[in-house]
Amino acid sequence: MANKSVFFNPFSKDNPVIVQILGICSVLAVTAKLEPAIVMGLSVIAVLAFSNVIISLIRNTIPTNIRIIVQLVVVAGLVVIVSQLLQAYAYDVSKQLSVFIGLIITNCILMGRLEAFAMANRPWPSFLDGVGNGIGYTIILVIVGFFRELLGSGTLLGFQIVPQCFYEAGYVNNGLMILPPMALVLVACIIWVHRSFNKDLQEKQ
Amino acid sequence: MSKLRNYLDKIKPNFEEGGKLQAFRSVYDGMETFLYTPKTTSAPSGAVHIHDSIDSKRTMIIVVCALLPCFLFGMYNTGYQHWLAAGATEFPFWELMIYGFLTILPRVAVAYIVGLGIEFTFAQIKKEEIQEGFLVTGILVPMICPAEIPLWMLAVAVAFAVIFAKEVFGGTGYNVLNVALVTRAFLFFAYPAQMSGDKVYVATNAPFGYGEALADGFSCATPLGQIATQSGPSIEFTGIGGNIISTWDAFIGLIPGSFGETSTLCILIGAIILLAAGIASWRIILSVIAGGLFMGWIANIFATPLYPASYVPAVDQLLLGGFAFAAVFMATDPVTAARTTTGKYIYGFLIGAIAIVIRTYNTGYPEGAMLAVLLMNCFAPLIDYCVVQANMRRRTNRLKAKTSQQ
Repeated sequence: MANKSVFFNPFSKDNPVIVQILGICSVLAVTAKLEPAIVMGLSVIAVLAFSNVIISLIRNTIPTNIRIIVQLVVVAGLVVIVSQLLQAYAYDVSKQLSVFIGLIITNCILMGRLEAFAMANRPWPSFLDGVGNGIGYTIILVIVGFFRELLGSGTLLGFQIVPQCFYEAGYVNNGLMILPPMALVLVACIIWVHRSFNKDLQEKQ
Repeated sequence: MSKLRNYLDKIKPNFEEGGKLQAFRSVYDGMETFLYTPKTTSAPSGAVHIHDSIDSKRTMIIVVCALLPCFLFGMYNTGYQHWLAAGATEFPFWELMIYGFLTILPRVAVAYIVGLGIEFTFAQIKKEEIQEGFLVTGILVPMICPAEIPLWMLAVAVAFAVIFAKEVFGGTGYNVLNVALVTRAFLFFAYPAQMSGDKVYVATNAPFGYGEALADGFSCATPLGQIATQSGPSIEFTGIGGNIISTWDAFIGLIPGSFGETSTLCILIGAIILLAAGIASWRIILSVIAGGLFMGWIANIFATPLYPASYVPAVDQLLLGGFAFAAVFMATDPVTAARTTTGKYIYGFLIGAIAIVIRTYNTGYPEGAMLAVLLMNCFAPLIDYCVVQANMRRRTNRLKAKTSQQ
C-alpha cells in the first residue's frame, strides 16, 4: 500500500471510530468539553505513532505466542510517559481526563493497529499509519466535543459563545449533551452523514 | 360524503408522478387513506381477501378519542390550578376551560407540526406512504409534559424523538422505544429545570393575553415532588394554598401535575374505551397495576425514613403522578410492548414494580413511570424470545415423551 493512502485513508474511508467502530468508549467519556477532547486526541496520536514504530522495529523478534503481552508493555510504557508529561505541563487537563489517559492502553484502536499493521510492516509506514489513525480518531473527537460543549455548555474551549441575550430570551443549555448518551447519538449522526456521502461503505440490504 | 370523495378524485392527478404537486404526494395519500378505507388490497386479482375496517389509522384515532377525557380534564385542571394560585375563591367553568385550552393549544400545534413535518419529509424521501403513528404521539406529548413547557424545547424534543427513536429504526411499527416517552425523557434530561421542581407544574402565564399572569417565582410542587421534603410515617401532600390532598383528590385529579396525567378517573374512562374497542391489552394494564401494588406493598412493609416515599400507601402510589397514565396509554403501545400472552404479564408486572422502585428508592427521580416503561421497552423483545423458546422446549419435550412411549 502506498504511504500516502496509509496516512490519509484513516481520515475518512477507513476511519477507526466511524468506520471500524473502535475506541467508542473514550469518545463518549472525554468529549463533554472540547479541550480535553483535543488533548486526548493528541495523546492518542503520540502513543499510537510511537508504539507502532517500536512494535514494527521489533516485530521479527517478538515470539508470536506472547506478542499481545509485548504490545501491551510497549503501549503501557508510552502511556505512562504521556500521563507524566500531562501532569507536569497541563495539570488541569490531566485532572479532567483523569483515568482516561491511563485507559488509552485499553483503547481498541491501539491493539487493532499494532496487530493489523505494525506487526507486518516496516517502521516508516507504521509511523504514518499510527499518525493517520490518531488524526482520524482526533477528528471525530473534536467534532463531537465541539457540538457537546457548544450545545451543552454554550462555550468553546471555555470561552462563552452563546450570547447572554439568548439566555435572557429563554434559551437553555441542553443538559443531555453533557451526558454520555448524547455523545453516542452524535457519533451516530456523524456515521449517518459520512455513509450517505460514501455509498460504498453502506451495507448491502 | 360523496362530494368529498369526488373532490379527492378530482385533485388526485396533481399529486401523482409528474403532477405539479408531486412533492406533496405523501400528504395527499395520507389524507385520502385517513378519510376513506383504501381500495387497494394486498393481492390485486384472483385471491379473496376479507378486510376488517380496522387498520392502523383507525386504531390511532380510537386512541386519540380515548385520550380526550384526560385532555379535557387537563384543560380544566390547568385553569383550576391557575385560578387557585391566583387566590380565587370561585371557579367559572368555561373561563377555566378556555384558559387551559389556550395554554395547551400552542403545545399541541408545535408537537404536530414538527412531528408530522418530519414524518412527511421522511415518507417523501423514502417514497413511502406517510405513517400515521404520530397521530397519537402528537397528542400524547403535550399531555405528559408540564402545561407551560417552552415551545422551542418541545419542538427540539419532538424532532429528536421522531428522528432518533422512530425514523432511523424504519418508521412507525419498527420503533423499539415509545416515541412520546423518548420526547419526555429528552426534555427531562436535557432541560431538568423546566421539567421538574416546584415551579413548573402550575401555569402562571396569560396565554394570548387571556387571564392574568401570576408573579414570577410562584411555586407548588406536585405530590410526588413533595415527598423528598417529608419524613415520618404519615405522609401529607398539600395543594396550592396548603389544603391537604386526599386519596379522593388524587383520584379525581385536581392536583398539580403534567397536563393530562393527573386524573385517574379520566384515565379509567380512556382505559374502558381502549378495552371496549379491543385496542389495548387488558393483560398489560392489569399486570402493571399488580406490579405497582405489589412493589408499593413491599415498600410499605420495609418503610424507612431514609426513603420517605416508602410510607406512601400502595393505592396512593397508583393514583399519584404518571403511573396510571403510563399503565393505560404508554405500556399498552402495541409496537413497543411484549407480544406473547405470558410475555405481556411479565412485561406489565415489571413496569409497575420498577416504576415504584425508582420512585421510592431513587430520591433523585420523584417519578419513575417514564423510565420504567422505557426500560421495559428495551427488554420486551427479550421477554418474547424467552417465552417463545420456553414454549418450544416444552413442546419438544412433550413430543419426545410421546415418541419414546411408543
